[in-house]
Amino acid sequence: MKKNWHLSENKKPFFGKELVVVNIGIKPFYEDLKKLNVKVAHVDWEPPAGGDEEVATLLDKIL
Amino acid sequence: METKILIKKNQYRDSVFLMVINERIRSLAGIEEIAIMMGTDNNKDLIKNVGFSAKEIDSATSRDIVICIRARKEKEIEKALVQIEDMLTRRPRPEELVDVYKTLETVIRERPNTNFAIISVPGQFAARETRKALNRGLNVLLFSDNVPIEEEIRMKKLASKMNRIVMGPDCGTAIINHVPLGFANTVNSGPIGLVAASGTGLQEVVCLIDRAGQGVSQAIGTGGRDLSDKVGGLSMLKGLEILDVDEETKIIVLISKPPGPSTTKKILKRVSKSQKKVINCFLGSNPELISNSGAIPAQTLEEAAFLAVSVLKGEPYHHRNFSISDEELKRRLKAEIEGIAPSQKFIRGLYSGGTLCDEAMMILSDSVGEVYSNVPLKPKLQLKDLSKGYKHCCIDLGDDYFTKGRPHPMISPETRNRYILSEAEDPEVAVLLLDIVLGYGAHMDMAGALSENIKIAKSKAEQKGGYLSVIVSVCGTMKDPQDFVSQARKLADIGAVVMPSNAQAARFAAMIALKNNNRIG
Repeated sequence: MKKNWHLSENKKPFFGKELVVVNIGIKPFYEDLKKLNVKVAHVDWEPPAGGDEEVATLLDKIL
Repeated sequence: METKILIKKNQYRDSVFLMVINERIRSLAGIEEIAIMMGTDNNKDLIKNVGFSAKEIDSATSRDIVICIRARKEKEIEKALVQIEDMLTRRPRPEELVDVYKTLETVIRERPNTNFAIISVPGQFAARETRKALNRGLNVLLFSDNVPIEEEIRMKKLASKMNRIVMGPDCGTAIINHVPLGFANTVNSGPIGLVAASGTGLQEVVCLIDRAGQGVSQAIGTGGRDLSDKVGGLSMLKGLEILDVDEETKIIVLISKPPGPSTTKKILKRVSKSQKKVINCFLGSNPELISNSGAIPAQTLEEAAFLAVSVLKGEPYHHRNFSISDEELKRRLKAEIEGIAPSQKFIRGLYSGGTLCDEAMMILSDSVGEVYSNVPLKPKLQLKDLSKGYKHCCIDLGDDYFTKGRPHPMISPETRNRYILSEAEDPEVAVLLLDIVLGYGAHMDMAGALSENIKIAKSKAEQKGGYLSVIVSVCGTMKDPQDFVSQARKLADIGAVVMPSNAQAARFAAMIALKNNNRIG
């Protein structure tokens, strides 16, 4: 479900009251946030669909 | 000399993980050259450039690890391969897997409050991951580089439609909700909000704001290309919109090199509508153009910080070239020029921060004239041989040329240490000008790591009957993981002069070079 905050209608802070992070890629960024007690998940990312970006994008459209 | 090339098929590891292995194996006895990288097209070019070539490398894909080793003896290669295998197959401990997921979709399902993504995957996949994150309502810090500009425009238009922001590509620094992200400093919280198309530019300004006793609400990065006319400042405009309504933000600071002409108009038009005071540090821009928009022009990063603090306090701002007393300045200058030999004329800047390098060149150019560089202010000042300095020269060692497949100079002292020694061999060099950038992600003791070579460099100059002046600025705060005070002290203990900002370090370096030239007529 898409969230769609409009600043004029809703005075919620743009980045939310608290940052809840997902780190996708190199792990040190996750590790640093963990040390700061920031809520953070880490995605152990790998290239999709055999490393072929075009195929992956097509799959995204279908799935 | 023996060579071994090995391809590990379908085993992806990220670039930082592989770089750590690279550096560890490189330090083993007998290893002449090593390249361990994923088989992307860019990486395969790099591997060829260091002298490895084979059919297996050509047919490797971005999912394959390419391992190339050159050593004196076969048994040294075997030892290296054992260590590489150990590091690649090390199983994580259970506690290391608690927050680890295979996909973004799983994270969102299990942690539905997730609202922010940091993305640092290889450039060819970055746009796809960013779009996925935006479509799930997340704001994004996009660290990846080598993202095609057309993709950058697409993702930023999508972000705008979703009322989200993409900070990047090639954005390494941000402070969001007082959380340092990427290579960022720990600073006071406060009412100064910033939007920056420059990583070390942002770091320098927030650190100076912090050290002046004030604080930061949000420090939003945009990526280095955002203000090109092609991208049109999409993220800077969004950042301005965010800070304009942010309740915590009272003053806004914008930081960049000069934007494209039509983007400048767009940004300044938007600035003119801001309800808050805007300090505009577009380095090298025409101050009158900025003033006409209602913003306050800042000529340097330091000035941007000091202006923001003055405006916040409701105090008048008086520009000073140096924040140390005149007596202290005279004392330092006398000490630095005393032993310099007549042949020593030139300043050599060895920088880890790109914007700090740019700022130094702008300041030096005003006093000492032409400054050569690998990222010159004018094309005719392009350094032709990047292995050494030439006349007055500032080298951005964080530029792609030096960092493809090698750690950034903010993380590793190796490249800079090499240049410190080689520049000291040049009898025409009077001053080395350096930056040390602290914060998350940066080396834990860069001052210590450079000290030995600085000492050797100074001693070489002395042996030749001269004196090598080493001028440093430390970009950091007392709250950074590295100890700011001890970093400054280590440098002072070995005879380097630590100045309060990059701008003051550049001005002081220029004074030394000019004084010595005047002195010898």
